[in-house]
Amino acid sequence: MSGHPDQWPLWEVFVRSKNGLAHKHSGSLHAPDAEMALKNARDVYTRRSEGVSIWVVPSSAIVASSPDEKEPLFAPSDDKVYRHPTFYEIPDEVGHM
Amino acid sequence: MKWDTCDPKAAYVLHLADDALILGQRLSEWCGHGPILEQDIALTNISLDLIGLARQYYQYAAELIGEGCTENDLAYFRDSRAFKNHLLVEQPNGHWGDTLARQFYFDTFHFFQLEALSNSTDERLGQIARKAIKECAYHAQYSAEWIIRLGDGTEESHAKVKASLAHFERFAGEFFVPSDVDAQAADKGWGPSVDALMPAWLEKVNSILTLAKVPAFNASTVARTGGKAGIHSEYHGYILAEMQSLARAYPDASW
Repeated sequence: MSGHPDQWPLWEVFVRSKNGLAHKHSGSLHAPDAEMALKNARDVYTRRSEGVSIWVVPSSAIVASSPDEKEPLFAPSDDKVYRHPTFYEIPDEVGHM
Repeated sequence: MKWDTCDPKAAYVLHLADDALILGQRLSEWCGHGPILEQDIALTNISLDLIGLARQYYQYAAELIGEGCTENDLAYFRDSRAFKNHLLVEQPNGHWGDTLARQFYFDTFHFFQLEALSNSTDERLGQIARKAIKECAYHAQYSAEWIIRLGDGTEESHAKVKASLAHFERFAGEFFVPSDVDAQAADKGWGPSVDALMPAWLEKVNSILTLAKVPAFNASTVARTGGKAGIHSEYHGYILAEMQSLARAYPDASW
């Protein structure tokens, strides 16, 4: 865990704003354990009615892609526009998609 | 003294309001001084919940008193003797363990008090309590979690919180000693008989203290009383001085 040795572990907070939507990353916070992290998340990220459900995940459990790998990971899809489903004629009856 | 009411219902509502306001004011002293940002926000949130609750009670009391009385008159223009809060809530914040020990005793009492008030024969008090109990349930969880972590924490946190819990025992006892106003309220069904709340309170408190690996609450501790009669500790005047000075220097000031 990074940071000062006296510092509590860092947690990533994900909040679902309403039922049916996915949890979205809201930010991070420090807490001594998972239960406290949930309570802190409630106070820090949902005090203006932003959510109906909270996930907290130890930041150390997040595996992130490296900026160095940006080219091999993401560049190849830049010139493959055919992967977007925009080449179909949509019948009028279907309406807005 | 102006706004010192003889109406028993108004007096009871004021007692409820004063607890919420004085503890809210006490907790607000932590704003910007919490040991860590997240806990600073947590305590400030609880403080705001309590001040919000105090406002609802004061607005109701002001209506009962009439004569143009407002919530601001009751919060800012009454003197110490007119405040009927428990001695516990005016005690200084001390260190983190002190603040959480005080909060833990109060929140647990407050929960059972609000639970009873939810069934008040007074419709307005019932409404206020049914709304507040959701906030209070969170406060009680939060302070209990802290007591468990501090008690079952390091050697230092255990020793400190054990001393804090023991220190506030004498003040927690006042919850369960009925004042004349309490007795009147229980008689009319506005609020609970406070002495009847003790068994449930004690059971809950001791269940948490067991998890925290600290001694059980010593129920034979002699209660310090007086707060509910307006006889306060020396700290009360300082709280009012800070809280009321602005409103008294600039009466009728607005944002």
